Amino acid sequence: MSENVAVIGIGHSKFGTRKDVNIAELCWESMKPAFETANLEPKDIDFFVVSNAGMWSSEAAIPALIAEYADLAPKGSMRVEAACASGSAALRVGYTAVKSGMVDLALILGVEKMQESPNPNVIELIGRFGSYFWEFENFGLTFPAYYALHGTAYMMKYGATEEDYAKVAVKNHYYGAKNPYAQFQKEIDVETVLKSPYIAWPFKLFDCSPITDGSACVILASEEKVKELGIDEKVWILGQGVGTGTANLSRREEFTSLASARYAAEQAYKMAGIDIDDPANYLDGANVHDCFTAPEIIAYEDLRFCKRGEGYKLIRDEQTYIGGKIPVNIDGGLKAKGHPIGATGVSQAVEAYKQLLQKAEPGRQADINKGRWLAHNVGGTGHYTYVTIYGLEKR
Amino acid sequence: MMNEEVKKNMEEFGFPVIVDEKSGAMQWVDMRELRLRYIISVENIKPFYEGLREGKLMATKCKKCGRIFFPPQKDCPSCFDSDIEWVELKKEGTLETMTVVFVKPPSFGQYDPYPVAIAKLDDGPRILAWYSGDPQQVKPGQRVKVQVSRRKEGYLMYELAPI
Repeated sequence: MSENVAVIGIGHSKFGTRKDVNIAELCWESMKPAFETANLEPKDIDFFVVSNAGMWSSEAAIPALIAEYADLAPKGSMRVEAACASGSAALRVGYTAVKSGMVDLALILGVEKMQESPNPNVIELIGRFGSYFWEFENFGLTFPAYYALHGTAYMMKYGATEEDYAKVAVKNHYYGAKNPYAQFQKEIDVETVLKSPYIAWPFKLFDCSPITDGSACVILASEEKVKELGIDEKVWILGQGVGTGTANLSRREEFTSLASARYAAEQAYKMAGIDIDDPANYLDGANVHDCFTAPEIIAYEDLRFCKRGEGYKLIRDEQTYIGGKIPVNIDGGLKAKGHPIGATGVSQAVEAYKQLLQKAEPGRQADINKGRWLAHNVGGTGHYTYVTIYGLEKR
Repeated sequence: MMNEEVKKNMEEFGFPVIVDEKSGAMQWVDMRELRLRYIISVENIKPFYEGLREGKLMATKCKKCGRIFFPPQKDCPSCFDSDIEWVELKKEGTLETMTVVFVKPPSFGQYDPYPVAIAKLDDGPRILAWYSGDPQQVKPGQRVKVQVSRRKEGYLMYELAPI
């Protein structure tokens, strides 16, 4: 058993339209820097986990594919899937494997090559991540539409506006413009968002995260291995919570919050020793699952950065920019950085490492005083939520 | 169009490849197209469809604890019991939230943009369905009823309509 588990290596591919590489090449693009930052070689790895939702891409046996491409055979592996939270699910498997003492070094790779299929097919497939039979088959809900049902409910209940939602996109594009790995490295204004065509009312094109190719990789190590290797640069996993929601949205009590996220946050805060009534005071920043603009605001509330019904005020008052109450998605978030489904959760871990060790690119480095960073990764529409807390000092 | 380019390249170059317009990168166009259509068991919820034919909205109810399930399910996880009965739900309720799907999945391509709503039925359960009224006219607390209509594909399905 290892009391503590650290992230000791990170890698991140360029996110975007990656017609220039195949799946294995895209994987290696993030694996190589992960090995280099950890100062390890493939032979050192005990176990590896690949998160990939797949369907839109050709290769299904990606663990085997990269075992071959990157000399990881015959080490143990698996592919895991939890919709858009697949990356965090892979982290969960690796984290528990190291924590249990079964392995000392685990490699976690998130990868998605969504653009191997045409956009309409991707839109069709991603809409099937909820209750296929009762909510997709007859009513054709798309992924934006599932969240739009929440966006509408939130506006109706609290008086938030489409302009408030647009401000989330503006912030995330502002930081995406400073992230060389982001799909969209371009600032936008509120007008651009409001004038873009409707995808699923009230969401417009610029309220939505894009269809993305990309990979991200981290290497996890036991406390003993960290000592043995004399690793200086690392961040510790201080806590992780996991929640699951009902398949049918119609089986839920409310649409202005995700119950699985509140549940996961409570567990993670407790495990990390963070006061659940004032978590923002313990964190230097966070990455939250902004697959659309409204869910970022709902995440502020589910994570208790503010009271229920006050999330839209945080973005109105620019409190989630650097220098505000708590910087959120200052890598561009899913919105501007891109959302390669299986890679997103791992990409958030990479960002936590970079922020805490003050390795973020100029203009998007948060002040690190408290030494803790939070990642909130949602699969489907609250069908799964993972909340992970990283820290410079172990508990 | 892509097919013609692929065909041309197969003839001239020998392989099913195209050059991506934006990046200039060469792409192999998969020759193995797969069409998916699932066959899903509804054996244990037949009464739901029998009810729907008569314009009724049927749910299951655990005989032991009285819990109502909609969408219907055949087992009660609270009682570990499968002794359920079918009950008819009152078809009125209040709309809770809504969206309008503009960018549709290709399998819904034959439809105009469609409003989808969630309503809380007066009997308790919630229901998600297409909304047949004008989405612009919806007001907070909008009362709705469940009705059955025939889809363009030819089958019967429930929908929500304003009262």
